[in-house]
Amino acid sequence: MIDFSLSPKTLKAIKIAHKNAEYVRTLARYYDENEHAEFKEDEKEQLKKNNAALLKALAEPGQGEGQFLTSIILGEERSWGDPVTAGAIATMGLGNAAIRAVATPEQKARFDNLYCAMAITEPGFGSDTAAVATTAKLDPDTNEWVLNGEKIFVTSGKRCNAVVAWATLDKSKGRAAIKSFVVEKFRKGMTLTKLEHKLGIRASDTASIVFEDCRIPYDNILGSPEIKEAKGGQVGVLATFDATRPGVAAQGIGVGRAALEFTKEKLEEAGVTFPYDRGIHSLSAVQKEILVMEANLEAARLLVRQSASMLDKAQRNSLESSMGKAKAGRTITQICQRCVALLGPLGYSRDWLVEKWMRDCKINDIYEGTGQIQMLVVCRQILGFNRTQLK
Amino acid sequence: MADFTLDEDQKQIQDMMRKFAEKELRPISRDCDEKDELPAELLEKVWELGFCANIIPEKFGGYDMGRSALNAAIMAEELAWGDVSLALGALSPLLMAIPVLEYGTEEQQTEWLPKFCGEKFHPATAALMERRITFEPTVLHTTVEMQKEVMVLNGAKCMVPLADRAEQILVYATTAKGGGAAAIEAILVDRNTPGVTVGEREKNMGLKPLPLFPVTFRDVEVPLSRRLGGEKGINFMRLLNLSRANLCAMAVGVSRASNEYAIKYAKERFAFGEPIASRQAVAWMLGESAIEVAGMRLMVWRTAWRLDRHEDATRDAGLTKMYCADKTMLVTDYGVQVLGGHGYIREHPVELWFRNGRGFDTLEGLAIG
Repeated sequence: MIDFSLSPKTLKAIKIAHKNAEYVRTLARYYDENEHAEFKEDEKEQLKKNNAALLKALAEPGQGEGQFLTSIILGEERSWGDPVTAGAIATMGLGNAAIRAVATPEQKARFDNLYCAMAITEPGFGSDTAAVATTAKLDPDTNEWVLNGEKIFVTSGKRCNAVVAWATLDKSKGRAAIKSFVVEKFRKGMTLTKLEHKLGIRASDTASIVFEDCRIPYDNILGSPEIKEAKGGQVGVLATFDATRPGVAAQGIGVGRAALEFTKEKLEEAGVTFPYDRGIHSLSAVQKEILVMEANLEAARLLVRQSASMLDKAQRNSLESSMGKAKAGRTITQICQRCVALLGPLGYSRDWLVEKWMRDCKINDIYEGTGQIQMLVVCRQILGFNRTQLK
Repeated sequence: MADFTLDEDQKQIQDMMRKFAEKELRPISRDCDEKDELPAELLEKVWELGFCANIIPEKFGGYDMGRSALNAAIMAEELAWGDVSLALGALSPLLMAIPVLEYGTEEQQTEWLPKFCGEKFHPATAALMERRITFEPTVLHTTVEMQKEVMVLNGAKCMVPLADRAEQILVYATTAKGGGAAAIEAILVDRNTPGVTVGEREKNMGLKPLPLFPVTFRDVEVPLSRRLGGEKGINFMRLLNLSRANLCAMAVGVSRASNEYAIKYAKERFAFGEPIASRQAVAWMLGESAIEVAGMRLMVWRTAWRLDRHEDATRDAGLTKMYCADKTMLVTDYGVQVLGGHGYIREHPVELWFRNGRGFDTLEGLAIG
């Protein structure tokens, strides 16, 4: 039954998440100015304490929203504080989602308590995930996989305990031969070679990792090692994107909302109001611009929440998850950019966080599938076209 | 608890309305637009669906099946997908029935609601818009003066659906110019009251099958009993928001029609050796449209849901209207663009939806749910 209300349990969790986000805001500028700085112990303690309070509220009896929807709602709130700074105490990464999707019970037992990052992108490709050049060769004598190659743009590449790396068993066999391998940090032959200096989300460590004859046990492969020539051997791994896209989109929504709310507050202090019942002739250019951005943000949020809600119902949500990410990515980058403009020299200044949000939010239309790739997914879905019919 | 799925009853309404629209509205859509015609048989066919009687309590002669803005939005989207002009015409009696249901006194409901439960289409309408560039619905120039024995109406309305045949016109007027929404009353006026003049049928870019009229009021005297809601009056913002939700649902229907048609065309039309849908420039227009249609629908549903909870939905309705008007223009524009030269000719329906789609920026009060 159509219902846009949230359960009391979720509302309570949002309150706590919001309070936590306010604390994170106080750290945000420092870790943006001091890229790659280590978090201080007392900060980590506070973040852990705040997170524990949230987990406690979620563990209370009573019905909340589904797991996926709850996580993106709280993710938006967290991101409103700062899109990545709270990640200083994260215990899970995108790699954990991939593991949860396909791991055997034995693997889950081994990897579940590790903070796992995803290592997909290479110097040679980002969007073209069929172009994986990192290789995994089986050594029959030791029953180990031997990995060779280079991964770049690994989010949380430094602070994670393990990476889930895409490697190919046989480059000539295309997509069907690309598999995921869990590589724990202690394995020999895996080296973190670089930490990127970025436009935004500077508190997030983005790393390059090189594999040089890196050996891992046979059982570190996720899913089957068979090279099935069937239609799209990457269906399994690509399906995990359907589950992670809503989260990244929600992260973007949080930043966009932060910028819009802040800008409205400042404009209201300057005497500008935002009436919802006026026609365009009685709205100033600024009022109209803000209201239109607010409307688009609301629509984006609803699309993202709908796509997450489908996951809770175990429904395939490829179309909806890409719709949500495409809309959110485009909308929030526009919002953040316009907010900087609307706040004049103060918007441009590093005294306020809004210029940082503009730099931060840009990545949301890029990672976990660029906005253009999302459009490709949406278009192929609505047209019923495969990748040869729509490139 | 958050949920984005329709229940079984709603899915049935949606399915039934979609089939009705496909069978009864689509086939006559082009012809009615060329001839500026709203067929009487169609009004009766839609009437038979029971959209009025179903929402009216039994004691007034209705089927008392319950009323929700959300169900009305579902129905409005499907009928507008068929043809928005025909939908607006056929649903026009609601323009009076719903305000009476919402705010009518016991006497008013007893007098007026049974008229909407008969076998045949009962023509009734409402007059909100006024003919000036800067019109907005909370700033009215039509005035109603409360005197001792009567109320006196003065002013001029435009875009009044079926005014030439409506028995009653619910006229929105202000008791105090500059008084905003709080000063707006709804007055039940018989069309043949002295001082009421229905002018010549309007000519617009779109909505051509829908008969729209200017109506002027010169010192029109109306009994006090015709003040909707009596002493309490109405909550104009709620009625405006109910109207906005329903019109935006129709905007979704028109947008969806255009997007679906363009998708089909783009897959069948070949150029440079392959379907034009295989080119990103074309595919992107279709994809962007699909995203905005999906977004618009959720905004409409949320507004309707909030109205059904009797919460103030002014923010939702205001934002939804801005968004739907803007995106409907985008989607229906893309619809023409994808069909290229063929989209420009009055044969494929996309140019019709383009002309109708533009209306949603301006239209206020032409539908309610």
